[in-house]
Amino acid sequence: MDWMIEVEGLVKTFGHLTAVDGVSFNVPKGQVLGFLGPNGAGKSTTMKMITGFMTPTAGRVRVVGHEVDEEPIAAKTQIGYLPEGAPAYPDMTPIAFLNFVADVRGMKGAHRQQRLDYVINNVHLEAVLEQPIDTLSKGFKRRVGLAQAILHDPPVLILDEPTDGLDPNQKHEVRGLIANMAAEKAIIISTHILEEVDAVCSRAMIIADGRIVADGTPAELEQQSPFHNTVLIDSPDHGVAEALEAMAAVSKVEGLQGGRFRVYPTDGQAIVTEIADLIRTQGWSTSRLSVEPPRLDDVFRNITNPRPGSPSGHDHGNRGEAS
Amino acid sequence: MATTWAVFRRELKGYFNTPLAYIFIVIFLFLTGIFTFYLGSFFPRAQADLKPFFNFHPWLYLFLVPAIAMRLWAEERKSGAIELLLTLPLSLWSTVLGKFLAAWVFIIIALALTFPMWITVSYLGQPDHGLIIASYLGSALMSGGYLAIGACISAATKNQVIAFVISVVVCFLFTVSGAPIVLDFFATWAPQAVLDAVASFSFLTHFNAIQNGVIDVRDLVYFVSLIGLWLFANLLIVDLKKAS
Repeated sequence: MDWMIEVEGLVKTFGHLTAVDGVSFNVPKGQVLGFLGPNGAGKSTTMKMITGFMTPTAGRVRVVGHEVDEEPIAAKTQIGYLPEGAPAYPDMTPIAFLNFVADVRGMKGAHRQQRLDYVINNVHLEAVLEQPIDTLSKGFKRRVGLAQAILHDPPVLILDEPTDGLDPNQKHEVRGLIANMAAEKAIIISTHILEEVDAVCSRAMIIADGRIVADGTPAELEQQSPFHNTVLIDSPDHGVAEALEAMAAVSKVEGLQGGRFRVYPTDGQAIVTEIADLIRTQGWSTSRLSVEPPRLDDVFRNITNPRPGSPSGHDHGNRGEAS
Repeated sequence: MATTWAVFRRELKGYFNTPLAYIFIVIFLFLTGIFTFYLGSFFPRAQADLKPFFNFHPWLYLFLVPAIAMRLWAEERKSGAIELLLTLPLSLWSTVLGKFLAAWVFIIIALALTFPMWITVSYLGQPDHGLIIASYLGSALMSGGYLAIGACISAATKNQVIAFVISVVVCFLFTVSGAPIVLDFFATWAPQAVLDAVASFSFLTHFNAIQNGVIDVRDLVYFVSLIGLWLFANLLIVDLKKAS
């Protein structure tokens, strides 16, 4: 397969702190890879190394076949990058800023004009083109950063929290924009918003303490939820828990408040039909019977934040965000 | 080259997007006027030349040029825009050079706006125009020297005040190494060769030589290589910061 982004054994240390600790992965064309992870997990640092802003302590990055370390300009030509916080030149207007980026990227003539029109229309910057970036809202600043990143229609897009600070409508639009470009590009986005992964990513990777701790399609990751295929039942009747626990397909029944039970299946199998049958034969009165919706949040919390008392629990959450 | 030009244009326009440019130019013109007419005794000397004007340039640049240079990299590091600049397909040289040249041209614009001095002295007498042209050239070159020092130091920090203070100190050393306060100290005991070596590091020595109307290749080489060296250090610092 032709990889667009190849990352091999990437390590970055700041003094005693290891921000990125041996990260390897490849991204083919057509894939949208979502980086998930707590603050300071090494997502941004990894992106900074892929885009050539930071030199890795060890490891290699290749972008469309160009070694970032050895052919930085060739590699950077292939990349569109939205850095964390969408920095720009505060005194410039969006149109002057985009023209500057077009100049640096050597864009000329009709192609240049067409691309400028395209990004301005699709990112909706028409209204603020002549205002200093300084005076724009957070959402507009983010969109200027996004416009700059996609201006040259790069085969590789690295977007660090592209929807941060946007309102729900704007988030929806940006996700649509990313989804539209997905087929032609290799895209990496980082996000805290797990629903975003479901919405746009074809692959998700959870990074914690500088390491990849989970990697798969969003659906595969959801299966790792401790609540995967669990069933919730509300029933005031007696003996419900005992009867459920006696079922072969049930591994555990957890009593929640107000006569609610959470039923865990054995081996993650779907058990809702069996339970429904049981309810019918027993004649229980139930006000609710539902399969717990798959949630990445649970997977994320489970993986990145082991319960207190577990061996590695103490050193989580005290890493400063590397910048 | 095209990318250097793009960086250059953005930076130069940037000066005029904010009040900074206008304030700098006004203060520069105001101070050159004060220095020339009051401290430099332009009228009492009753000579049709611009010596009192040019003599103060090193001391003026000592504070004003670091004020321009301090923001070159420090501001960009602080705002995060440096991440954008360094991930665009630009060579480090074109970035360093584009930024430096824009700031230099800006200072040269301020310097050029002192032309009424030239008109005044021409009106009052018959000055040596060749000498004045040489002095302007020397002054412009010298400002480039101060600027390259300031740019390099600005690249090392994200704090503009620190960049300013350190630049002033380093520029001061490069200025006074040719002044009597330093040379007299060496003159009593050191051989002439040492004296010459120390003096040859000074902006003053080379600027005075040019001001006397002798455009020696050695003075030009001095300023050009000084600028080149500091810009090279500037580039190394930016590159090293990527790894830290």
